Amino acid sequence: MIDTSPSLALVLLVAVLVGCGVYLLLERSLTRVIVGISMISNGVNIMFLIAGGRVGGPPLVGTTEVDEMSDPLPQAMVLTAIVITLGLTAFLLSLAYRAWQLNGHDEVQDDLEDRRIARLAQTDEVPARSVDDAGTTLAEDAAASRDETSVVSVRHGRARRGLDAGTEGPR
Amino acid sequence: MTWLLPLPVLVPLIGAGLALALARFPRVQRIVTVAALTFVLAVAIALLVLVNDGPMAADIGGWAAPVGIALVADRLSALLLLVSVSVTLGVLLYSLAQGNADGDEGAPVAIYHPTYLVLSAGVSNAFLTGDLFNLYVGFEMLLVSSFVLITLGGSRERVRAGTVYVVVSILSSIIFLAAIALVYAAVGTVNLAQLSQRMGEIDPGTQLVLQLMLLVAFGIKAAVFPLHAWLPDSYPTAPAPVTAVFAGLLTKVGVYAIIRTQTLLFPDGRVDDLLMVVALVTMVVAILGAVAQQDVKRLLSFTLVSHIGYMVWGVGMSSVAGLSAAIFYVVHHITVQTALFLVAGLIERRGGTTSLARLGSLARVAPLLAVLYFVPAMNLAGIPPMSGFLGKVGLIEAGAARGSALDWALIAGSLVTSLLTLYAVTKAWNQAFWQEAPEPLPDTTLPRSMMGPTAALVIMSLAYTVVAGPLFQYTDRAARDLRAQTPYILTVLPDGQRGSGQSPEVTEENREHSDEQTPAPRETGEELP
Repeated sequence: MIDTSPSLALVLLVAVLVGCGVYLLLERSLTRVIVGISMISNGVNIMFLIAGGRVGGPPLVGTTEVDEMSDPLPQAMVLTAIVITLGLTAFLLSLAYRAWQLNGHDEVQDDLEDRRIARLAQTDEVPARSVDDAGTTLAEDAAASRDETSVVSVRHGRARRGLDAGTEGPR
Repeated sequence: MTWLLPLPVLVPLIGAGLALALARFPRVQRIVTVAALTFVLAVAIALLVLVNDGPMAADIGGWAAPVGIALVADRLSALLLLVSVSVTLGVLLYSLAQGNADGDEGAPVAIYHPTYLVLSAGVSNAFLTGDLFNLYVGFEMLLVSSFVLITLGGSRERVRAGTVYVVVSILSSIIFLAAIALVYAAVGTVNLAQLSQRMGEIDPGTQLVLQLMLLVAFGIKAAVFPLHAWLPDSYPTAPAPVTAVFAGLLTKVGVYAIIRTQTLLFPDGRVDDLLMVVALVTMVVAILGAVAQQDVKRLLSFTLVSHIGYMVWGVGMSSVAGLSAAIFYVVHHITVQTALFLVAGLIERRGGTTSLARLGSLARVAPLLAVLYFVPAMNLAGIPPMSGFLGKVGLIEAGAARGSALDWALIAGSLVTSLLTLYAVTKAWNQAFWQEAPEPLPDTTLPRSMMGPTAALVIMSLAYTVVAGPLFQYTDRAARDLRAQTPYILTVLPDGQRGSGQSPEVTEENREHSDEQTPAPRETGEELP
């Protein structure tokens, strides 16, 4: 059985890579985000190697004792992860290029619709048409509707909104 | 019959290769795609019937389970596979009709079909795998194809939304990968069945770290509060069929991964209270977001996030009844949410916009569309006797049976969420369908071939009410198996040690050595505190 206590140098390397990666990930420019993602994923890949334990002899080929062999499984997994990250990085780079083509920069923008709704909330308004009436006042409604029982109050704009309020005239 | 297991992954992948090679012949390409998914649908039905007698496992390449990769189908994965494949096929037919109606302008269909098949293969792989690292590979397959689909066409808005989606997804994958590395370092295996056997032996503190890391990774994918903000930002900009299939499947794959890892690896339920609080906040916060929206697609994205809360609640209850209701709710929600997003696509097509401020009069000009919106919308809100109501009743019953203060808080929260869902979808109904449009709508008609698949999904969601009894029995048995763990473990490792495949050299070597050495690649579990 090979030694599985982690090497301090590798642990420090993981910490530095992930730490710098997180810092870059928080930037707005997509290019920096990509660099950050590459650093973090490389850090995680090295963490996988740590999980495999101390370096031993070549596995599987039969030149070393079973107990002296490196663990081949994490290496296989890291290889898979590296390939996947490579593809993703290429895709992200093309996205950044496309964003630069379209906007002249590659900064990730805010969600416009989100902004719009936040602005409504700030000014304490309701969006158009989310209320059921057409935006007219009660007095205007009353004037337009034919409430035969209270002609006087209609003139003064204090009409009770009758049952036939729904059958208003043309707006 | 274990040879059936790899087919839902293999057939779409081979189909994707063929579809890419045949990109010059759009008609042949379509036939390939539809044929591949129809075949997978047949396999999924067969699996659903077969696993009713107990789970099935296949060792890939004949390598015995802890060394090789195992594919496992139990009731949970077979049920979700069937629902996901049927929904995928429905959305594919819808997008074919859309392509026909638009004359293939604007959308590079040559890429669409292969990518769509890879997405389907990735989802199937995630549902069927019995190996944590292979689950990561399944996630990557579906994520990479979803990246392509969400940025299809590369317009300004899609690139913006796609960037957010891609970066957040990659981040969750990296967290998942780190969790796998830590799991391997602590336990020495990534086979789920073997992990389940050994997880109890390691330090409880380490266990908790692993559990939380996996939950964060899957929580981002499932869009659970506070990890949900990316979803309403990115989903609405994609083409309607793409949004529909994402909404139906991708978040549910995250929920499936949560269910699988919580029941199999961490059955002692130490984070149940956390899960339940998260579920409560997810439900309420997201539905309040939905109420504020002015755009049908965004409104639906928020209801999607909100209703993920119900499923997480079911998982957090850690009881057979809760888990069973959660599985039922996943099945219901995949169908209903996909149908609603397809309807949103039809609304956009008929009304020329998805903004509620500009839509109107749709009930008069497109009555069938109105029915197609109304039925799943009411189903989502939980109007009896539809499946949304049944799922919610199941969850509330399970919660009431536990009866702690937190349970009652969740019951209250779920009822409020249900009411607010009703309010949000009815508001959209009033503005888009009942009120007069502020400006006359464009003079178009909806192709019947696009209504067909949408109607099929709506009917499928209604059919859950008809088969609710047998379906609940099935999910009950699935939940009981999940809680018991042994059916799953014994299927993958029949003697508790190795799978049914052969790896002769290892076995011989093992026999030469003493018996005390286990055939696992490495044992580090005992060496850690």
